[in-house]
Amino acid sequence: MSTTEIHDDAINVDTEKGNFSYPENYKYDAGVGLNEDTIRYISDVKKEPEWVREFRLRALEIFNKKAMPTNWATKDLENIHFDKIRYYLSKGQQPSRTWDEVPDDVKETFERLGIPEQERKFLAGVEAQFDSEAAYSRMKEDLEKEGVIFVGSSEGLEKYPEIFKPYFGKVIPSTDNKFSALNSATFSGGSFIYVPKGVKLKQPLQAYFRINAENFGQFERTLIIADEDSEITYMEGCTAPKFETATLHSAVVELVALKNAKIQYITVQNWSNNVFNLVTKRGMADEGAEVKWIDCNIGSRLTMKYPGVVLKGRGARGEVLSIALANDGQHQDTGAKMVHLADDTTSNIISKSISIGEGRSTYRGQVHMPKHLKNCKNNTECDALLINTNSRTDTYPAITTRGENNTVQHEASVSKVSAEQIFYMMQRGLSEGEAMSLAVNGFVNELMKAFPMEYSVELKRLIDMEMEGSVG
Amino acid sequence: MNQLEIKNLNVSIDGQAILKDFNLTIPKGEVHALMGPNGTGKSTLAKVMAGHEDYTVESGTITLDGENILGEEPDAIAQAGLFLAFQYPLEIPGVSIANFIRAARTARLPEGENIDAVAFYKELYEKMDALKMDRKFTARSLNDGFSGGEKKRCEILQMSMLDPAYCVMDETDSGLDIDALKIVSEGVNLMRGDDRGFLVITHYQRLLDYIIPDVVHVMFDGRIVHSGPAELARELEAKGYDWVKESFATASA
Repeated sequence: MSTTEIHDDAINVDTEKGNFSYPENYKYDAGVGLNEDTIRYISDVKKEPEWVREFRLRALEIFNKKAMPTNWATKDLENIHFDKIRYYLSKGQQPSRTWDEVPDDVKETFERLGIPEQERKFLAGVEAQFDSEAAYSRMKEDLEKEGVIFVGSSEGLEKYPEIFKPYFGKVIPSTDNKFSALNSATFSGGSFIYVPKGVKLKQPLQAYFRINAENFGQFERTLIIADEDSEITYMEGCTAPKFETATLHSAVVELVALKNAKIQYITVQNWSNNVFNLVTKRGMADEGAEVKWIDCNIGSRLTMKYPGVVLKGRGARGEVLSIALANDGQHQDTGAKMVHLADDTTSNIISKSISIGEGRSTYRGQVHMPKHLKNCKNNTECDALLINTNSRTDTYPAITTRGENNTVQHEASVSKVSAEQIFYMMQRGLSEGEAMSLAVNGFVNELMKAFPMEYSVELKRLIDMEMEGSVG
Repeated sequence: MNQLEIKNLNVSIDGQAILKDFNLTIPKGEVHALMGPNGTGKSTLAKVMAGHEDYTVESGTITLDGENILGEEPDAIAQAGLFLAFQYPLEIPGVSIANFIRAARTARLPEGENIDAVAFYKELYEKMDALKMDRKFTARSLNDGFSGGEKKRCEILQMSMLDPAYCVMDETDSGLDIDALKIVSEGVNLMRGDDRGFLVITHYQRLLDYIIPDVVHVMFDGRIVHSGPAELARELEAKGYDWVKESFATASA
């Protein structure tokens, strides 16, 4: 499979067809390829403190030493050409194009998803800035009153090192995997958030409110710290298709929930078909704390993502709810990791994958309960739905349980939308696409109830659109 | 013109002929029963009428009020006014009865139009009450984990909500106890009228005690071999299908 393979029935942007132009007058451009000079350049431009520069350089070393994980993951990873990637373009210097150059099917998608006018231009890569100043400044005021810090990664490390430095790179060390190392070396953009003790945020925070081109960068870095007894919900991404000029997206998201804190992190992403989306997400839950990942992956060429929770304190709870949809030419390699490190900890994993046509879904789950622990519980449910005969799904659960009264419950199912089910629904007057959509929505229905209302509505519409392209 | 008309229909599956020069006409306002031994082609007929793709149509025509439906997609046939109550209704997990019927209704509206939700639920509840279905059923997944009787009631509910011009009921009585049979029959009888035609396919005469047909057809070996008034069903019950085989086997051999 070549990197530019295009599927007519899916939303896609061919980056080699000239839809994108790179203006000559970049203010800051780290150039193509990755070496120490690239890292130093990024660090210089960002005027970073010495320790951050050192952190980046060490990470680069680790990245260079680590082999690609092709011993267990797909060989398609070998098609990433690290020497052809641009690792840093400064704010306002993103590749641009005019609205007229945006493909019609993309415009139609925005129309049908009901994306507001001003957001469309940003999402289509026409504008580097999304004008949400009014909404943001109001929100910012409220947050400041509560003592909440909500800034970009660079600003966070520069202005609040005493808060962020102790946890930065601790939940996910650079050595964790090749792509966490890559992110640690090249990160820019993302959100750094601190919620003070006892502060319970009623409204979800969204990256939208603090948006600039960098924020949606290739190598976002996010760190959320919820201090004792605090609560926060964070939403990332949106259901609108995101048209990337970059083919590699490699983010790192670290969550820290201190004693009795609650963090809920929601992601809905819809990548174009040329993107490698290789993301490391992990949360740490202290005593009585709760970390919940809600993760929804649509699109991309290859997504590898296994949100995890380290249940470090007694009574901590971890949860991963995920939906993955793999259409033709896409591979969703997703799952969850639960590491139990204290007594009375509980974890719950519910994963639903949908494979359409030649789309492929893989579930990898890891649940770890060491021998010395007591009264730990895990529940894992992973269900796969196959549509059309070429679809493929694999499940690789890895569960280690020892110790007293520890229980693990694992259920897995694979089902198909049968031709008879489709015939039945069509006999009631539904088109084949509508029938498929209903069956798929039915499959994820229970899980979608855990999603915020507006997300589940958008998600439903998105599934409808994916299904339309998959039939006849 | 105001009728369902099947002419010289020949259908095979994997090269084996199942319907042989089959002819049947059901004018609107009439209920026709189709009886016959197992394996004689009754269910094949129902599926072919609804546009199932597993069968090969060799020749013939099927028209609704003069409009051809043979060879059309199942959804087009449904929208043209033909409803098939399935012998074995399929389970659709996660899709509630209310949402399913609503989607089917919406599919019949012009693009961009939506149904009036309040009026829809009012109608749905009334029809569920008539079929003695618990209103809580609206939120249950379609046929998922339903008993045989619940599935058949749910078929009749859909049939009445979608208001088809022609209803084909395939062995609706199978799996029903006598109480459920009465309720389902009442539901069907309420739908009878000058503007609707019925084809009731059944193996047993029992159902026809409650849904009194205008005409009874006896099917054997891929075609209708005998037709008569409602009493024919009783005669058939009394004499048994062996009588049919003995009387008509030679004719069709």
